[in-house]
Amino acid sequence: MSERFLVEAVNDALHVELERDPTVLVMGEDVGRLGGVFRATAGLRERFGADRCVDTPLAEAGILGTAVGLCMAGWRPVCEMQYDAFSYPALDQLINHVGRYRWRTRGKMSFPLVIRMPYGGGVRAPELHDDSPETYYVHTPGVKVAIPSTPADAKGLLAAAIRDPDPVVIFEPKLIYRTARGEVPEGEHVVPLGEARVAREGSDVTLVAYGAMVPLAERAAEALEDEASCEVLDLRSLKPLDEDSLLASVGKTGRAVVVQEAPRVCGFAAEVAAVLAEKAIFDLRGPVLRVTGYDVPYPYWQIEDAYMPSVERVRDAVRRLLSI
Amino acid sequence: MSQVLPAEGGLRRVIGDGESFPDGEVEGLGPDELLALYRNLVLLRTYDERSVVYHRQGRIGTYAIFWNHEAMQAGGVFALEERDWIFPAYRESAIGLLRGMPVSTVLSWWRGHPSGWWNPAEFNVASICVPIATQIPHAVGFAWGSALKGEDRVALTFFGDGATSEGSFHEGATFAGVMKAPVVLFCNNNHWAISTPLSAQTAAPTLADKAIGYGMPGIRVDGGDVLAVYQATREAVARARAGEGPTFIEAVTYRAAPHATADDPSIYIDLERVEVEKENECVGRFERYLLRAGVLTEARVEEIKQEALELMRTGIVEAEAEPPADPGLVFEHAYANPPPALADDLAELRRVLGE
Repeated sequence: MSERFLVEAVNDALHVELERDPTVLVMGEDVGRLGGVFRATAGLRERFGADRCVDTPLAEAGILGTAVGLCMAGWRPVCEMQYDAFSYPALDQLINHVGRYRWRTRGKMSFPLVIRMPYGGGVRAPELHDDSPETYYVHTPGVKVAIPSTPADAKGLLAAAIRDPDPVVIFEPKLIYRTARGEVPEGEHVVPLGEARVAREGSDVTLVAYGAMVPLAERAAEALEDEASCEVLDLRSLKPLDEDSLLASVGKTGRAVVVQEAPRVCGFAAEVAAVLAEKAIFDLRGPVLRVTGYDVPYPYWQIEDAYMPSVERVRDAVRRLLSI
Repeated sequence: MSQVLPAEGGLRRVIGDGESFPDGEVEGLGPDELLALYRNLVLLRTYDERSVVYHRQGRIGTYAIFWNHEAMQAGGVFALEERDWIFPAYRESAIGLLRGMPVSTVLSWWRGHPSGWWNPAEFNVASICVPIATQIPHAVGFAWGSALKGEDRVALTFFGDGATSEGSFHEGATFAGVMKAPVVLFCNNNHWAISTPLSAQTAAPTLADKAIGYGMPGIRVDGGDVLAVYQATREAVARARAGEGPTFIEAVTYRAAPHATADDPSIYIDLERVEVEKENECVGRFERYLLRAGVLTEARVEEIKQEALELMRTGIVEAEAEPPADPGLVFEHAYANPPPALADDLAELRRVLGE
């Protein structure tokens, strides 16, 4: 075990997995010489060479499209999208091919590629460096999605993604890249996809969150300590979704508030609410509430705090729910 | 390393017109190879013409016609080794026939039956790519990845003139140049993207002119001349194998048939020009060349055409004999390890269907 920041755990996972499997390669914009704009890939080019830590042209659809071909040639590419919103040009390849190609070959060929990208707001950045696009990816058949909130999970989920035979997208919460710090197991460490984690035990209400919203939910739970016992459920995987853990937690508390920073309409919180409505309606003691970003473009950074879910907004939702 | 120069202006030709332009020869192609090439052309032509009939008979669905594109397809593939991969667009839906794929497989694809979806690694033919130009980065990534592994495999990808306007073409060609990928970018310029003429597609004097921007040679060839196509592709493949990187081939022809069975080109195309192109269609051109050269006889022509027709008759019967697909297949193959929710969905569907 050693203490690491979340982004360092990502780097650790890449080193371990490239060492373990000679067919794994990393590719993306500025991942080699620079080591990534967040240093997530630092040291890989020196250790594994320019052929396995590839500085690509500035072309996201080209990165993902050539990664599909690399899979057909027997590679397991780990593609970095430099920022959340920079991944949109690659949605063409994602939707048309990444999610469909295995099906197209009737399961005869696998496309074990990984897309990893820093995502989310709150970092005082220029436009389109703040988005939470996870829903586009979760909505795409054939693609799995995981989002860590701790350094240990950042390492373990990425390792699981690299080893998975299906395409997996890992969203890394850049807001807590260098604030989330914790113990990370040395060497090989895998956190299976599809397993949620109870980040905090509680009995009155479940705060469902993922990524950077987990530490926020934990802070809100603390702030509410005198009023309510909040459980915090860190989903970790959005697809496959650990419905058992979700239903177990809400079965116990009878109340759920789902927190996401993406815009509200058809966001992942809506999916969580739908699952609870379909499978836990008689356990619920009140409506499922959502605390989300709004259905607007991510705002100018001087007023971005008004957009991001906050401790105050989560606390308000819990109070409303408890008053019913 | 060959120098990257502005693209060739004229179209390379080998087959003469029987009058002022004399027949040429391609070194290394003897009577056996020429006959094999002819057989491939006839197979593709027969496939295409029968498919239009099968569509009218309601035996296959909407079908993208490739009549008069056979020389580009057969000539391009003839320059490859079996270990080389082909990345087709939908216009090359039957390209697998040149790699031993059963006729019934391709017909099943157009019938929307699961037996039409093959394992690319079985034939070294990637899946039919429907979204325009998006297969180009796949071919580039495959070629680059093969070279990284030290494997001697070239990739060839087909696409149309319209595809050169897509971002995927630009990004794929950019990667191909930078990675020096052993790939051949084969553009069949038939002058039409459904109803949009080439003049509305690009202001570039030729499509091959685009090649220089990616640091690769651009070759222009008569797309109706199977020998010229073969020769140009052979040159590009040799370059790729020698580690000199990608080549862009612009094969120029004219779409003398509708885009697809659902299309009515009389609304937008010059029908007189189409009639001229039909007179000069690619299979007949090669046939007359071989007859002039004494490699082929009228009797042999008839035999080869009958063989191809017989393959089609058997193929459609086999395709129609495929048992109905199990609705449970809806849930298969998208994932190696599917999310648990899919099993619940399948169980629900079985229950509703009373199974």
